[in-house]
Amino acid sequence: MGRLAQTDGLTEEQQAILEAVRDFVDNEIIPVANDLEHADEYPQAIVDGLKEMGVFGLMIPEEYGGLGESLLTYALVVEEIARGWMSVSGVINTHFIVAYMLMQHGTEEQKQKYLPRMATGEVRGAFSMSEPGCGSDVAAITSKAVRDGDEYVLNGQKMWLTNGGSSTLVAVLVLTPGEAEEGSSIYRKMTTFLIEKPSGFGEVRPGLTIPGKIEKMGYKGVDTTELVMDDLRLSADDILGGTPGKGFYQMMDGVEVGRVNVAARACGLAERAFELGVEYAQQRVTFGKPIAEHQAVAFRLADMATKVEAAHQMMVMSARKKDSGERNDLEAGMAKYLASEYCKEVVEDSFRIHGGYGYSKEYEIERLYREAPMLMIGEGTADIQRMIIARRLLEDYKTRG
Amino acid sequence: MKIAVCVKQVPDTWAEKKLREGDALLDRESADGVMNELDEYAVEEALQLIEAHGGEVVIVSMGPDRAAETVRKALSMGADAGIHVVDDSLAGSDAIATSAVIAKAVEGKDFDLVIFGSESTDARMSVVPAMVAERLGWAQVTFAQKVEVAGGDITIERATENGSDTVTAAMPAVVSVVEKINEPRYPSFKGIMAAKKKPVDTIAVADLGLEAAAVGTGAAWSAVNDFAARPPKAAGTVVTDEGDGGVKVATFLAEQKFI
Repeated sequence: MGRLAQTDGLTEEQQAILEAVRDFVDNEIIPVANDLEHADEYPQAIVDGLKEMGVFGLMIPEEYGGLGESLLTYALVVEEIARGWMSVSGVINTHFIVAYMLMQHGTEEQKQKYLPRMATGEVRGAFSMSEPGCGSDVAAITSKAVRDGDEYVLNGQKMWLTNGGSSTLVAVLVLTPGEAEEGSSIYRKMTTFLIEKPSGFGEVRPGLTIPGKIEKMGYKGVDTTELVMDDLRLSADDILGGTPGKGFYQMMDGVEVGRVNVAARACGLAERAFELGVEYAQQRVTFGKPIAEHQAVAFRLADMATKVEAAHQMMVMSARKKDSGERNDLEAGMAKYLASEYCKEVVEDSFRIHGGYGYSKEYEIERLYREAPMLMIGEGTADIQRMIIARRLLEDYKTRG
Repeated sequence: MKIAVCVKQVPDTWAEKKLREGDALLDRESADGVMNELDEYAVEEALQLIEAHGGEVVIVSMGPDRAAETVRKALSMGADAGIHVVDDSLAGSDAIATSAVIAKAVEGKDFDLVIFGSESTDARMSVVPAMVAERLGWAQVTFAQKVEVAGGDITIERATENGSDTVTAAMPAVVSVVEKINEPRYPSFKGIMAAKKKPVDTIAVADLGLEAAAVGTGAAWSAVNDFAARPPKAAGTVVTDEGDGGVKVATFLAEQKFI
């Protein structure tokens, strides 16, 4: 049987990994996703299963107990998982970004301290830039760390922490103006701190509070929280990479691979929406024939499939570019932009195919319809992606003379 | 202990299965090949026994080249080694020939148990385990929903229509398992990576000391003379309720001998 969104040139191991994940998704995620989502319940059994499988260590290098797989393998795994339920891929995404930031920018001590435990899923990562007053405009953050002897004292409020409650290691971006030279740019006045904490809500360690979950339209099950620092004391060893002033660049690097991840998620969600639409269109009969035989519906299916395929190939291309060691900000931005916009359109088309039933909570497409918009916002809004793309274009196509 | 688990690659459970024009054999190319579902339970049971008692699990499969994928999958679940019997002469083998091949492949290798899934989703005969036991001269304990091993004996709960029987036999023995027995694990990513380094012995019919003429379509005790596609589902009868709907439904059910 031909299937959409296939990837050429995968190794046998990559294929076996994807097959295992797909089986897991079909048997353990899809059958329970709707009920868990409606109850806004954390998918503990699913997360435990993925932990056992080794998903949390997929990209962590072998010397730290992981599998050392590529960004492409990771993205394709995320795509499969999001096909089952986007929230589950959200549980993994922040973990992966923090692990990636540690791999790229951490000191050897920090890597030794965290990566082996992250590879097993014992330590689970989250990261935090946004605040109540700013998101995409990262330089507008106000949370601050002030040095006090060998320690730093952190104060401020963070917002939109995916896995804020369930994670045990949070990478937090704060201002450290006191550590920068006079006249430095704002981008050199930001530092990433690594905060270890127990999971849960309330004051989880002295000076650090995770208030309750933020109620959301979709993307349920996974806990999205605020984070409040009130004279939180950390050591200088908790600075990612050991040196203050590099936080902005570290975060941007993390978000860049996160973008491929969000693109992959959008691909998975769109694939599922297509599967549901094409299935329903062959079951539902109107005017004496299955609605798939009405041209209006058939054309819709054709559009959906074309978008699913295009988004997938673009996502794969951007992941491969990063894996080859090249800069991929342009491609990642394009992939994230295209995949999330197409995802919204494919989901809406599938929703229309479902007619009245699509509006019923009994049908999976209702959930997808509430989930798709998150992808247009998270990890850089569509408009931010367009800014990134345009900026790169004007660099590469700069008029001479 | 040393356990052999026999696995078979079958067409994807949900795929439409077709016979080939010409030789009337199952068209294995038309659908994705997957491990026969019940064989996953057999692998799982062997792994659990080894985890409890120590030892080694060897996967045995007879099938075309691509059946190697199924052997590899069982290895990625945690089995230690594989034996894959590949031979063009095997095409069209019936259960009797298959049992001869498997018996030859496992005999003389100090296995304590040979474990099978109780049936395959493509042939669904459930006879190969019994035939292999007969050929080896070992006890057969089939349709197991629970297995325990102690003091050289194997004790199973054999699933029956009315409940279960407890059956004990001395090892070596042949076991077949039903899906109630356990919950097969998913291969872990580490297991997948490790599987590629595990030894798989690919052998031909002649290596087993069997004649090519003893297996395959020519040696089969049954032959397919003709076949036809399943007819499309007939349109149902619409019963209009004119106050006598209940009677009409009851009449229909009685005609079909449901009541």
